[in-house]
Amino acid sequence: MSVPATDDTAHGRTGRGMRLTLRIWRQPDAGSPGGMHTYEVEDISPDMSFLEMLDTLNEALILRGEEPVAFDHDCREGICGACGMVINGQAHGPERTTTCQLHMRHFADGDTIDIEPWRAAAFPVVRDLVVDRSAFDRVIGAGGYITVPTGSAPEAHATPVPKPDADAAFTHAECIGCGACVAACPNGSAMLFTSAKVNHLNVLPQGAPERETRVLDMVDRMDEEGFGGCTLTGACATACPKGIPMPSIAAMNREYLRAARRTGNRS
Amino acid sequence: MSTPYESWTTGEPLVDTKAPDGPIAERWKRRRFEMKLVNPANRRKHTVIVVGTGLAGGSAGATLAEAGYRVVQFCYQDSPRRAHSVAAQGGINAAKNYRNDGDSVQRLFYDTVKGGDFRSRESNVHRLAEVSVEIIDQCVAQGVPFAREYGGLLDTRSFGGVQVSRTFYARGQTGQQLLLGAYQALSRQIAAGTVEMHPRTEMLDLLVIDGRARGIVARDLLTGRIDTYFADAVVLATGGYGNAFYLSTNAKNSNATAVWRAHRRGAHFANPCFTQIHPTCIPRSGDHQSKLTLMSESLRNDGRIWVPKKAGDHRPPQDIPEDERDYYLERLYPSFGNLVPRDIASRAAKNVCDEGRGVGPGGQGVYLDFADALARMGRAAVEEKYGNLFEMYARITAEDPYERPMRIYPAIHYTMGGLWVDYDLQTTVPGLFAIGEANFSDHGANRLGASALMQGLADGYFVLPATLGDYLARHPHTDTPTADHPAVHEAVSAVTERLYALLSNQGDRTPDSFHRELGELLWDECGMSRTEAGLRKALERVPQLRAEFWERVRVPGSGETLNQSLEKANRVADHLELAELMCLDALHRTESCGGHFREESRTEQGEAARKDEEFSYVAAWEFTGTGRPPVLHREHLDFAHVHPTQRSYT
Repeated sequence: MSVPATDDTAHGRTGRGMRLTLRIWRQPDAGSPGGMHTYEVEDISPDMSFLEMLDTLNEALILRGEEPVAFDHDCREGICGACGMVINGQAHGPERTTTCQLHMRHFADGDTIDIEPWRAAAFPVVRDLVVDRSAFDRVIGAGGYITVPTGSAPEAHATPVPKPDADAAFTHAECIGCGACVAACPNGSAMLFTSAKVNHLNVLPQGAPERETRVLDMVDRMDEEGFGGCTLTGACATACPKGIPMPSIAAMNREYLRAARRTGNRS
Repeated sequence: MSTPYESWTTGEPLVDTKAPDGPIAERWKRRRFEMKLVNPANRRKHTVIVVGTGLAGGSAGATLAEAGYRVVQFCYQDSPRRAHSVAAQGGINAAKNYRNDGDSVQRLFYDTVKGGDFRSRESNVHRLAEVSVEIIDQCVAQGVPFAREYGGLLDTRSFGGVQVSRTFYARGQTGQQLLLGAYQALSRQIAAGTVEMHPRTEMLDLLVIDGRARGIVARDLLTGRIDTYFADAVVLATGGYGNAFYLSTNAKNSNATAVWRAHRRGAHFANPCFTQIHPTCIPRSGDHQSKLTLMSESLRNDGRIWVPKKAGDHRPPQDIPEDERDYYLERLYPSFGNLVPRDIASRAAKNVCDEGRGVGPGGQGVYLDFADALARMGRAAVEEKYGNLFEMYARITAEDPYERPMRIYPAIHYTMGGLWVDYDLQTTVPGLFAIGEANFSDHGANRLGASALMQGLADGYFVLPATLGDYLARHPHTDTPTADHPAVHEAVSAVTERLYALLSNQGDRTPDSFHRELGELLWDECGMSRTEAGLRKALERVPQLRAEFWERVRVPGSGETLNQSLEKANRVADHLELAELMCLDALHRTESCGGHFREESRTEQGEAARKDEEFSYVAAWEFTGTGRPPVLHREHLDFAHVHPTQRSYT
């Protein structure tokens, strides 16, 4: 498709695309050492998403007979949570959004961009920019649900939920499980991820029967998976593309203490 | 080619032997009562494979495991939480009648049959409407944070094409929240050991042994290992085939391989030409475009759609005076205006762009203007209602929709066609079931907004778990197939050889370049409007492109590691076969209906004209070989409860 010159002017674009130097972490598999490799790309449109810029590189690499850079991605709408890379030292890059929703207009012609996978003990690198985040699934499996076998649910209006509680639940339920919080944390902690789910369910009346076991089991699992401890740096909430708030962690700590006191056998 | 693909033949009519008769409101109840049950103690002896973890697959896997079956489940994503159901924005319909506005199961049934332009089965749609109310109960109990009123009760909103307020929603992220509910229920079963979950594993073939679906061949995407998995029944919940068009609102890795491989193994493919084009997507910004993003159609409640009256008018919108603008939907459809149904709005946008009056890069866009709404409601009210959508638009386009009209253009969004299934959701291969978007069953030729989530969860939570039990009770298996069975050996060899062929080809084109070319061809000839000449042209070109693909594709790397080029090439190969069937189906159906618009079949006003006498049937195609003419099996559709009428919106 050709782009008429008049429209370029109307949209404030220059005629030529950007030229960039990319330094990308390449690692053939989990067991092999990796390193930064340098690539040049040109004719990058400011309207491209970051992943479309990488598509351009990969198309060129294939034609040169080289293996393209592996990265996770799927919906490219900022909701599935599949994509994520550390761009110039920041999880998901300079804007507070997912990598797929970051656009090249936030970079300048001639820039050098460093691209690395999430770095965390609990997220081993699988290949290039792809990491293994299955620890998150196991944290959810430890208690991030409400036990309600299909068909056993009461009529939806049987239990009204005060709007502020419903809204609070939604705020925490927005987590997309991308792992940026863990990648941004100097300790590789998953406190924000875990607290988002604990608070989503514990604030609702439907979640009350499993309130204590949920928080105790999820936190235990989180520790077993090798995530680091929380020192309240706030890096997680700053990196979170969905704006899960920092007080979420404090609320989970409160839930944890309450549960530990009530059950009396854990702390 | 000795036999042109177009010379398809007609086979025996297809009869849905599971469809009960009697009063329509009693049919599902009756069918359930007639079903044979599996003794709870015997359920763990049955293994069920579920492919896919979206709303349909996730809910089915969790429910079957709760019931006591042994479930082995697969998804290509790194986690079952990421399936593309997650991206659905608007909401989920249910006939709760909480608004006391006259809604009922009967009305939801009626709206859905009519919205589907009278090409769906009445029995199935009625069951869907009945089950809709249970879905909301189930999801609320799971902790899905639906929007609520200050009194603590659930809020609803109205949605395209209906006169009641029956859409439940969770801001603009209803799909995400419903999926997380299903994913959490599934996670509970995985942790309990009742579901054996295989993420990053892709189904590449179906194992049919002694006429029954008995397993799948799948590839571990990290190690490249090809494995066989055996079961007593196989459930496909693998979504639609919108990505055949390359540019669509689907996730990048959504693909048709599972359904196409099943089709090649004997599952008939129904109504492949019924594809839905959504009118309000963000237009492409250049050749680099990798996918399209949907903007909720609720924007059409307050935005006005227009293009310049003059072709080739490249002035910025604010410089185009009022009397030189064409608010074409308001002009053509004065009574519905900007709120005409999806298919009508999409075609009208295409028409004005074809006349050279489109706006933005490439002239592929129309304005959606909120200037009047901002003046009438004030900025705060517009922000309250549409803030998150405006923000998303600004992030993608770098244009401020408060200052400058949005640019929108239609895009492929959903596929109504899919594997043919009977009332029990079983395909023509015994023991193979298809649920959610992967089947064809409930939406006819056009799906209504907020009905996809409803169908996915209806199938997965309530319908399939009941009907699958009946199949298992009637077909107890005493044996477990083994890897040395000839059918297994043949399937594994075919999969392995195909991957080897892709890897060893020393070609000069990337898999994506073929996918883009196929997508453009389909969009032009089998997209928003279709003609006999265009479809014949596409039917000539698709096999050529397929041949070129196998000659010229290049896939670097090996099959023993994570190789995303190989995954992509393998999916494109299947899209190149499916595309041919889509075009043939569109060619054979010389009527217009719903999302399928044949330019030769229109009313005097230029709208879609159905031909009920000739085409009141489901077209189920039987595979006979790659590029060989398929066999058409017609399933006649009866409308005893909703009388077919011609739609008019002028």
